[in-house]
Amino acid sequence: MSNKTMREAINEALRQEMQRDPSVIIIGEDVVGGRGGTSGAEEASGGAFGVHAGLIQEFGRERVIDTPITESAIMGAAGGAALSGLRPVAELMFVDFMGVCFDQIYNQIAKFRYMFGGRAKTPVTIRTTIGAGFGAGPQHSQSLYSMFTAVPGLKCVLPSNPYDAKGLLAQAIRDDDPVVVFEHKMMYTDEGEVPDEPYLIPFGEANFTRRGEDVTIVAFSRMVNLANQVADKMAKTGISVEVIDPRTTSPLDEDSILDSVEKTGRLVVVDESNPYCSMASEIASLAVCEAFDYLRAPVVKVTAPHTPIPATPALEQAYIPSASQIETAVNTVLDFDSPSAATG
Amino acid sequence: MTNNPKLHIPQPAARPGEVPDFSYLDLSDAGAVFRPPTNARAAEIENLALEMVRVLDDDHVAQGPWNPDLDKDTLLEALRLMVLTRVYDDRMQRVQRQGKITFYMQALGEEAVSIGQGLAFEPGDMLFPAYRNQGLYIMRETGLVEMMCQCLSNSRDMCKGRQMPIFYQNKKKNLFTISGNLATQYPQAVGWAMGSAIKGEDHIAASWVGDGSTAEADFHYALTFAAVYNAPVVLNVINNQWAISTFQGFAGGERRPFAARGLGLGIPGIRVDGNDLLAVYATTRWAADRARQGGGPTLIELVTYRGGAHSTSDDPTRYRPKDEWEAFPLGDPVNRLKQHLIKLGHWSDEQQTKLEEELRNTVNEAWKEAVSFGTLTEPPFLDVELMFEDVFAEMPEHLKLQRNKLLDLRGEKS
Ligand SMILES: Cc1ncc(C[n+]2csc(CCOP(=O)(O)OP(=O)(O)O)c2C)c(N)n1
Ligand SMILES: [Mg+2]
Repeated sequence: MSNKTMREAINEALRQEMQRDPSVIIIGEDVVGGRGGTSGAEEASGGAFGVHAGLIQEFGRERVIDTPITESAIMGAAGGAALSGLRPVAELMFVDFMGVCFDQIYNQIAKFRYMFGGRAKTPVTIRTTIGAGFGAGPQHSQSLYSMFTAVPGLKCVLPSNPYDAKGLLAQAIRDDDPVVVFEHKMMYTDEGEVPDEPYLIPFGEANFTRRGEDVTIVAFSRMVNLANQVADKMAKTGISVEVIDPRTTSPLDEDSILDSVEKTGRLVVVDESNPYCSMASEIASLAVCEAFDYLRAPVVKVTAPHTPIPATPALEQAYIPSASQIETAVNTVLDFDSPSAATG
Repeated sequence: MTNNPKLHIPQPAARPGEVPDFSYLDLSDAGAVFRPPTNARAAEIENLALEMVRVLDDDHVAQGPWNPDLDKDTLLEALRLMVLTRVYDDRMQRVQRQGKITFYMQALGEEAVSIGQGLAFEPGDMLFPAYRNQGLYIMRETGLVEMMCQCLSNSRDMCKGRQMPIFYQNKKKNLFTISGNLATQYPQAVGWAMGSAIKGEDHIAASWVGDGSTAEADFHYALTFAAVYNAPVVLNVINNQWAISTFQGFAGGERRPFAARGLGLGIPGIRVDGNDLLAVYATTRWAADRARQGGGPTLIELVTYRGGAHSTSDDPTRYRPKDEWEAFPLGDPVNRLKQHLIKLGHWSDEQQTKLEEELRNTVNEAWKEAVSFGTLTEPPFLDVELMFEDVFAEMPEHLKLQRNKLLDLRGEKS
C-alpha cells in the first residue's frame, strides 16, 4: 500500500494487466507521447495526460500503439482486434471526440455479442476523459457518460479516487464485455492509498463514501468529492449525510441506492452532466419508481445547466455544480414539509 | 518458415539528440513544375500532386510559370502581415507563460500559408480556418485588440467567454469559428460551397486541416462530397510534419503526398512549397479561379514545418531534435520573402528591423488596450448570465429558471 495519484494508479493497472496478459494492448492517438521503442529511451511523456508513462519502454511499440488521428478507425480496429482475441485498451483524449466514432461503439462494439448469437466477445476497454475545470470550453469539457450508459451492451465506469481507478480499470480490462472508463481530467493528480499488488473491484457495487441517516446523496466522479465535503461539513451541525458513489452506471447498483433512500427518505443526486436524460434523472426516476413510499421530500437534482460549457474560468466555475449548491439541496430536502407529515 | 505479416509502426527519421534528417522530403526545383490552365482536366495534371510547386529559388529569385508577378505593394503587405502574425504569436505565447491567458498556439514557421492563401481569396469567399490559421484572422482585419480580448475571455470577447483562447470567429469577414474537433470544418466548407452554387453566387469556400487531421473520416467524406457535386471549394492540408508528438508518417505520409489524397476521386491536387509565399499565393489563386469558373474542388498540400510546440501544453523536445527546424530544407517563410524583396531592391535589413520594431509596438499597444477590458484576474468580468444566452434562438423557460436559480444562489440579481 502506498500513496499514489490517480494517474499513477491507472498506469499501474495498465502495467500490471499488460504484464499478466500478453493479449492486452494500448491503442490511441499520442499514447506514446514522444520517443520510445524497445531500446528504453526515457523521453516519452506517455500521452496527452501522461498516463502511459514508462509503458512503451516496457512493452514496446507493438503493444503501445500510436495511431493516425482517426477515432472511428481506433474504435473499429479495437473491436476487430478484440474479435481476433486481443484485449485492446483504446484511448480517446476527450469524451467530446466520441461524436466522430460513436457508430463503432454503440452500433458495433456494444452489439457484437448479441448479433453473433452470443458467439462473439468484444473485450474492448475504452478510456476517455470527462469534466470541466480546465477552461477548455464547449468541445473539450463535457461529461457525456449518460449517453453511453443508455446503450445496451456497454459497461460504464466512473472512478472517483485512485483506489477505485486501479481496481475498476483492471476489472474493465479483464471483463469480456466492452467497457468505457470515464476519467475526470481534474482528478489525475488526486492522491490516495493504493495497494501495490493487482486487485479487482467488481462492477455494479456502489461505494458508501460516507454513512449517514438523514439524507442520501448519490454522486458521480468528481462530484463524489464535493458531496463528501458537504457531508463532513454538515456532520458538524449534527446532520448525518450518506454519500453513495455508484462507481459504475452500467451496471448500476440499484439496491444500495434504494436501501439508502428507504432509510433516509431524502435524496439528492449530484451529476456534472447537463440535466436532461442524465444520470441524475435516472437515479431520481429509480427512487420515484421503486421507493416512492419512502420518500419524505421530492428528489433534488444538482447538475450543470442545460447549456454548453463556457471556457472562461469565471463562467466555467458557475457552470460546474458547487459544494454550496449541494449544501442548499441537502437543506431543501431536509426542510421539506411533506403533506403527509403536516396532516399526520 | 512462413513469411508472416509484420506490423509496420512508422518511425520518424530523427529523434531527440539525433541529427535531423529530411531526406524523405521530395523537392522539385523552383520553376520546374508546369503550370496548366485552370480548366485543365484533372486526369492530365496528376503530377502536380506529386511534385512540388516552388517559385523562389535558393538565391531568392522568382522562377518559372507559377511566378504570380505580384506588385511591390502587395509583396510588402504580405511581408508585413507575416511579420505581424509572428510578432503577435510571440507576444501571446509570452503572456500565456505569464499566466495571463490559459492557452496559446503559435503558427511559427507557417506564416506564409495563411497570408499567402488569404491574399488569394476574395473577401466574399468563406474561410473555415484551422487553429493555426490566425494569419487569416489577422489579414482579414479582425483587429489585434479583438483577438487578444478573445484570448483573455474578457468583457469584449467576441465569443462571450465561451471558447478557448485562439478559437476566434469573425462572421462579418466571412471567417468561420475555430472548432476543437479536427477536420469537422471540411464537410462544412463543402456544404457552404454547395450552398453558394445552389444560390448561383460566385463565392467559393476554403478550409484547412493539418497533416495529422487528414486521417479523420471527415476529411475523406468531404472530398467525396466535393467531388460528387463539383463544389467550388479549395481544400488545404498544412503539412507541418508533426501532429503533436506523431510525425506525418502516422497520417500515411510515408506512402504518397497528402496532395494525392483526392486523385482517386478525380480531385486535382497541388503540392506546394508552403514556405514560399509566391508559390502559395499562385497555387491558391489557381485553385480559387478554377473553383470560381466552375472547375470544382482542388486539394492543396502546403509543405511547411511547425517551428514551435504544438501548443503551450506541449514540449516538443521530448520527441524531435531541437534543431530540426533549422535543418528544414524549405527554410523560414518570413526570411525568404524578405530576402526576395531585398533582391528586388524593394527592401533592406534596416527596413526589416524597423518594421519588426513598429509591429512590436503595435502589438504592445493593442495588448494594453485589450487588458483594459478585463483579464482573468481583473474586472470587468463577464456576466454569468451570458452562459445561458445563445443556446437557442430564444431562451426557453427551463433555461430562464436555471439561470435565475443560479444567480439567486450566487447572490446576484436575476
Ligand atoms: C476529433 C479530434 N481528435 C483529436 C483531437 C486532439 N488533437 C488536437 S490537435 C491534434 C493534432 C493535429 O495535428 P495536425 O492535424 O497535423 O495539425 P497541427 O497541429 O500540426 O497544425 C490532436 C490529435 C481533436 N482536437 N479532435
Ligand atoms: Mg501537423
